[in-house]
Amino acid sequence: MIRSFDELVQRPVTWLSGEGEHAEVVLSSRIRLARNLSRHRYPARAEVDEARAVVDLVKTAVEKSPLVQGGAFFESTELGEIERDLLVERHLISPEFMRDETPRGLYVDDDEAASLMINEEDHLRIQAVRSGLDIKQALDRARGLETQLAEGLSFDFDSRLGFLTACPTNVGTGLRVSVLIHLPGLVLIKEMDTVLSQVNKIGLAVRGFYGEGSDVLGNLFQVSNQTTLGRSEEDLVDSLEKVTRQLLAYESNARRRLFTDAPDHIRDKIWRAFGILANARVLSSQEVMNLLSAVRLGVAMGESMGLDLGQINQLMLSTQPAHLQHHFGKTMTPEERDVARAELVRKQLTKRRPIRRAGPRKSDHSEPDSE
Amino acid sequence: MKCENCGEREASVHFTQIRNNRKNEMHLCKECAKSKGFHNPLDDVPFPLAEFLTSMVKHGTAPSDPIARLVCSECGMRFIDFSRIGRFGCGQCYTAFRAPLEDLFRKIHGATRHCGRTIHRPPQSGPGLIEEEVRLKDELKKAIEREDFELAADLRDRLKSLTIDTSAPSTGETA
Ligand SMILES: [Zn+2]
Ligand SMILES: [Zn+2]
Repeated sequence: MIRSFDELVQRPVTWLSGEGEHAEVVLSSRIRLARNLSRHRYPARAEVDEARAVVDLVKTAVEKSPLVQGGAFFESTELGEIERDLLVERHLISPEFMRDETPRGLYVDDDEAASLMINEEDHLRIQAVRSGLDIKQALDRARGLETQLAEGLSFDFDSRLGFLTACPTNVGTGLRVSVLIHLPGLVLIKEMDTVLSQVNKIGLAVRGFYGEGSDVLGNLFQVSNQTTLGRSEEDLVDSLEKVTRQLLAYESNARRRLFTDAPDHIRDKIWRAFGILANARVLSSQEVMNLLSAVRLGVAMGESMGLDLGQINQLMLSTQPAHLQHHFGKTMTPEERDVARAELVRKQLTKRRPIRRAGPRKSDHSEPDSE
Repeated sequence: MKCENCGEREASVHFTQIRNNRKNEMHLCKECAKSKGFHNPLDDVPFPLAEFLTSMVKHGTAPSDPIARLVCSECGMRFIDFSRIGRFGCGQCYTAFRAPLEDLFRKIHGATRHCGRTIHRPPQSGPGLIEEEVRLKDELKKAIEREDFELAADLRDRLKSLTIDTSAPSTGETA
């Protein structure tokens, strides 16, 4: 049960736990369903009262739903700038969430693996996230929530066009399925161009993670579907999973090649990154992501770094500006943040922990140990 | 923004490219993107969407043009507004703009028909239960204020019959 905002933010994010299938490459699997309530104007066109009424209706529906008991409901009016930034960094809301005076709401389920955004572009954005490659579970979770909400709410649905959405690019299933995938091997062997263009050709989008605009930081990529009409949910999910497995095979192959062809060079790169992280006094957010990417590769390949995948994933989040400021309990200038960031990372990396291996050393990329 | 390859046409396709371990932003026009093997008709959706929509309206900006005159009776959005912002105002817009939308869906999705999950409740079956409940409670409050107890009793009965059974386990529908 989440009692307060602070409690929510202090807890580790379950979808970054580093568990689940192929977590050495796939950080998380995400499902988003766009839904609108019939007979209500869409957020961009609704008067404040009408938007307010939608928030209240959904809130009531949530409160009546057994699935979402134990979670927490937040209204945009009660969130300050820092809170908003924290939620954006946790991928619970979009940056647009507070862009104007439209009343909006957020519901976060107990384990933060499922959430609802109310009155963003659509009345409802149902989200579910799982650690590792676990798209089907995420879909089940999102659908469970949707089914519960549909008990009391009537969605805009057309027999020809399916679920109606504010943007014509989401109509039909309203489904966006995506994986967050770590591809340092492909970047290092310079195969990313080829891979990107291949993935683009099959109608999937590739985006960078956490960056400003389309910046790719830390060799993290988000792969998602582009079309939502004319194909079933299962079909969309299956093809994304297929492509992800293909990418996984390419990436594993690239990693294997790096560790076979130039083991000293690649290990040098990884351990130097570790050395900088463990000793630096000033770290920019961009630098930290790229160094963590190298260390993540090391851990995935079985280097004994005293860290596991989950800890690295969490560091990628806790070194973001809002989380950093929340951790230190004060607002900081970018310069102060770089110093604080280095301190946080240094503490985490020099804390002696029992060594746990995340994967086989001379990797055959079977499944990593789940905890 | 001009295309980085030909420097002539507007860039409409934006890629993050990784080369020599360095991130590289590329902004290309559709033609150049295609010649570089990057073409995917769906990749640049937000851009051609706007492009496509404006082109649809430009074709016949004559006030007599039937497309330009389309308007949603529910939310008052005109097709011309929609083509500018690329967002619908309400669910009825889909019906109001039906004719030009077929083309748009074909362009974006390569399809014009939904074939995924459906919901069983017919769309015109009235508001959701919760909405109905909120409305009835509101009426009930007013009835009591007016001391119209007959109506209040009636409303109470209707509310009771409406009670949502939340104890029902979630069914296999999610599987
Ligand atoms: Zn060009
Ligand atoms: Zn409308």
